[in-house]
Amino acid sequence: MNEFIFFINKVVISGSVIGSIYAMGAIGVTLVFAILRFAHFAHGDLMTLGAFFSYILVVLFPEAGSFIGLPTGFVMLPIAMALTAIVAILLDRSFYRPLRQNNVKPVVMVMASIGVTLMIQGLIRVFAGPSSRNFFFAERKDIFRIELPFELASRKIVVTEPQLLLFVFITVAVISLHLFLTRSRLGKAMRAMSDNPDLSRVSGINTTMVVWTTWIIAGSLAAAAGTLLSLDVTLKPDLSFNILLPIFAAAIVGGVGHPYGAIAGGFVVGFAETLSVFNWAIFLRPFRDSLPDWIDLPNKLAFVPTEYKITVPFVILVVILIWRPTGIFKGQVL
Amino acid sequence: MALIKATGLHGGYGAMNILNGVDMEIEEGEIGVIVGANGAGKSTTLKALFGLLNVTEGEIIFKGETITNMQPDKLVRRGMAFVPQEYNIFPSLTVQENLEMGAFVRKDDFTHLIDQMYGYFPDLAGKRDQPAGELSGGQRQMVAMSRALMIEPSLLLLDEPTAGLSPLYMNEIFDRIIAINKSGVGILMVEQNAKQALGIAHKGFVLANGTNRFTDTGTNLLNDPEVAKSFLGG
Repeated sequence: MNEFIFFINKVVISGSVIGSIYAMGAIGVTLVFAILRFAHFAHGDLMTLGAFFSYILVVLFPEAGSFIGLPTGFVMLPIAMALTAIVAILLDRSFYRPLRQNNVKPVVMVMASIGVTLMIQGLIRVFAGPSSRNFFFAERKDIFRIELPFELASRKIVVTEPQLLLFVFITVAVISLHLFLTRSRLGKAMRAMSDNPDLSRVSGINTTMVVWTTWIIAGSLAAAAGTLLSLDVTLKPDLSFNILLPIFAAAIVGGVGHPYGAIAGGFVVGFAETLSVFNWAIFLRPFRDSLPDWIDLPNKLAFVPTEYKITVPFVILVVILIWRPTGIFKGQVL
Repeated sequence: MALIKATGLHGGYGAMNILNGVDMEIEEGEIGVIVGANGAGKSTTLKALFGLLNVTEGEIIFKGETITNMQPDKLVRRGMAFVPQEYNIFPSLTVQENLEMGAFVRKDDFTHLIDQMYGYFPDLAGKRDQPAGELSGGQRQMVAMSRALMIEPSLLLLDEPTAGLSPLYMNEIFDRIIAINKSGVGILMVEQNAKQALGIAHKGFVLANGTNRFTDTGTNLLNDPEVAKSFLGG
């Protein structure tokens, strides 16, 4: 029974946490691709930037959270999301739009976004240095230990407050995104432009407004993902570097251009990571006594050592690109 | 006053000129049909009128205003609608959503117009919640035309509306075009099926090498032995 609880903590909860983060990043990547037709490599940096905005706000107003009883970083999230959305629009106006207006090839846009990545990373290094930061310097991180009503279960299910808030947030975000895309005039126009940009133009759809909306959604979700990830662990300035590959893998697994695919892809990649670093030897231990002597049970029995976790999304990416380049939901091919 | 009047249009893609002086004029509520051989500049003329092509010489006047090289989104607001020959629907949007997108520029309540479209094309009424990409070729064409009609245009530009359709759908589309025209919408269309199209046309324009070869009423062109010999297959 304890082994099962260990599995819930290490795989189910951790996988959902990281899957939610990847999903939020991948939605942004997929929407930007659907509307603007290029792979936006600076997306991870929008996440770092959003997390830093939240962090700066927490440093400025460390008491804000205690009024509501939530972590200050979470209370500051809406402001950080708005700031990141503005940055995303400014980046578009100053770097991507001039290129778009000159009808450059998509690969030029990709290169420009790599340039933006280097620029933002440099700026963050200059102002914030290379060290990690903890959001919980003035307050305590609440940890909930849930006991299961079984006699054999002495271990407890452990979930932190930021993790619970993350689950609430992604649920609300996904439902709102769904309603926006299927019910609102602008959301339908986004889908229309993703379907057929030329026809959108001849139908009189305000394509500039659609592009802005795309950056607002992508930027604010990136800020949320970055902040919520940093609340769960710590804020690392190299966050974007480590997260870029998994979110692209998630977007491609789901089918590029499909927001629902990106969500599914995020969880597929997240769970694949936690399942492959999980120590399966745990499940064999109870049978140690009944096993014949010549079987020597290893202490650690995982598919991938934890420090090589980053290879998992890479392998998924390669496998998907070879066998099903359109992803689960039959998206575009990057 | 002419609904649309184009004089001496020159233009093309990049450095290559496709139009070498096209004249086109139809009155309000008329049907104009553009016919001609492949590469004569038929579709290019429509694109030039709708601002999708750089016009280097000549003038286009729509409802008394000069609109040469005006952007499509502005033309839509002035009451001109365009149905491209291909990729003329939003395939992953439902039929109903396609119509809503056609009405994007409208700020008023347009539910009565959607009902009117389902009246024109009863086939679509039962499929309103189905993605338009799942429909047959003829039904897609109906979606495309309905989408364009959602702005209640005074001029509807149709680029080969019956291309690739079965004879059954072809006749239905022609019937609908006549019905739409009867409701007061001016129509300018490019059509491969020249005989049938000229049969319903008030004005016909026969293009060759990017310029007008014959311009007359539809009936006169049909009865002109020279037109019949070179463009209508005898």
